[in-house]
Amino acid sequence: MVTESDIEHIAELADIGISKDEVPEFTTQFNAILDYFEVLDTVQGESAPAVGITNVFRDDEPRPCLPQEAALANAGSTEDGFIKAPRVM
Amino acid sequence: MAGTLQFSPDDRYNAFITTCREAPFGDGALAGTAVAVKDNISTAGIRTTCASRILESYVPPYDAHVVGLLREKGAAIVGKTNMDEFGMGTTTETSAFGPTRNPADPSRVPGGSSGGSAAAVAAGLVPMALGTDTGGSIRCPAAFCGIVGLKPTYGRVSRYGLVAYANSLEQIGPMARTVEDVSRLMSVIARYDPHDSTMLDRPYDHQPSAEIKGLRVGIPEEYFGEGVDPRVAGTVRDAIGVLEELGAETVPVSIPGMRHALAAYYVICTSEASSNLARFDGVRYGPAVDTRKSWHEAYQDLRLELFGTEVRRRIMLGTFALSAGYAGRYYAKAQVARRNIKEDFERAFCDADVIAGPTMPTVAFRLGEKTDPLSMYLSDILTVPANLAGIPAISVPCGRVDGLPVGLQLMGRQFEDERVVDAAFAYEQEVRA
Repeated sequence: MVTESDIEHIAELADIGISKDEVPEFTTQFNAILDYFEVLDTVQGESAPAVGITNVFRDDEPRPCLPQEAALANAGSTEDGFIKAPRVM
Repeated sequence: MAGTLQFSPDDRYNAFITTCREAPFGDGALAGTAVAVKDNISTAGIRTTCASRILESYVPPYDAHVVGLLREKGAAIVGKTNMDEFGMGTTTETSAFGPTRNPADPSRVPGGSSGGSAAAVAAGLVPMALGTDTGGSIRCPAAFCGIVGLKPTYGRVSRYGLVAYANSLEQIGPMARTVEDVSRLMSVIARYDPHDSTMLDRPYDHQPSAEIKGLRVGIPEEYFGEGVDPRVAGTVRDAIGVLEELGAETVPVSIPGMRHALAAYYVICTSEASSNLARFDGVRYGPAVDTRKSWHEAYQDLRLELFGTEVRRRIMLGTFALSAGYAGRYYAKAQVARRNIKEDFERAFCDADVIAGPTMPTVAFRLGEKTDPLSMYLSDILTVPANLAGIPAISVPCGRVDGLPVGLQLMGRQFEDERVVDAAFAYEQEVRA
């Protein structure tokens, strides 16, 4: 059972903005979905070992990549060849 | 011969987000053939929105591997098709560019999330299209619109350039009006790509064959049970009868893990989505964030404004399912359920060569009919097992209920895409004759 304050906390963790009037609806829907997920409590078996799966490695060699201009082409905000992000501090 | 294709379709069903009025094409097996591409597959120079406002003006600087292959074989990329936002949905109603309508009945949805691709093919605007299938997103709209759609074996088609949503489940695949065209498109896109480390080098070079004498067709009881419209089940049973007349034999099989499939699927896909969609923060692509605000405040405001409700709901569900204290209960259990289903299929394929059942439990819904997310999720019950197990599955039209198309789903062993194509081809040839 998740509460409205849980929903606000999850939205915060996920960096998903949530408006005040959405909170009750999201809470109801979450609880219905989580109720349904309870069927997983009846799954038999402890863990799922990776069977027949191998890593695919390659040598770490420099290869051609996107030119700086193309890499910046879709950024909404740039400065001196860099992408501008919001302040962290 | 190379040239330019003029493309100005009457898009009354809102199948396209972007169309290319003048589409260049080259020489090759698909020379001059109009191919529509789902809008979550990158096309250099053609905007790729994933049906989301957050990518409304994003123009990829490179082609997805499959798009490069299409161009190499001479196809004309004529447009980008409508879809559920980031592939999250079963109806194409969550698109930020408005819903697509079903050409078989415009008051109904085309299915999702590759609904635009299915509608473009069904309406005759293009002969073939690419879709993507994470939990049934090629097969569902193929069934609802009355066309053919193939979800290839996981790892058979490169996902390089596909905007990832749930990458352990999703595959790019072909959609067309006939099995033969689906097979033709598959042979173009299933080529090795070193950019995708989950890919195996198993090119598809196959001419469909209608010879299915002795084919063992497994019938899982779980595919005809509760929640499946009896008229849909009956139509599909009749179609299986056609396969028997052609010399196939039916055997009962069981996928007991089905009861966990849907919950496992939604835990895994939302978990992967919560990680994959973290990149949409408006910094490297998309509109600029407000740099006067703080990091979290700026992202939250932008994502509230530009992500649709279903996308935000799934990111939050995934964040919750992976959070400390719950990951063992949800994500770890879902992975066990996934392995159990894979083993169920392996057992079933000891007795059967292909497994047959309905693609969707009902015919196409009316627009706006499904408002509750859980009831929408429940309609994916018959398609998600193939994605969890990574096996190939095709949907081929097999009749109508209330005038609306019904799809026969045929699933095969890993890397036996050719066999499901042949079984679908045999059925199609017989009913068309």
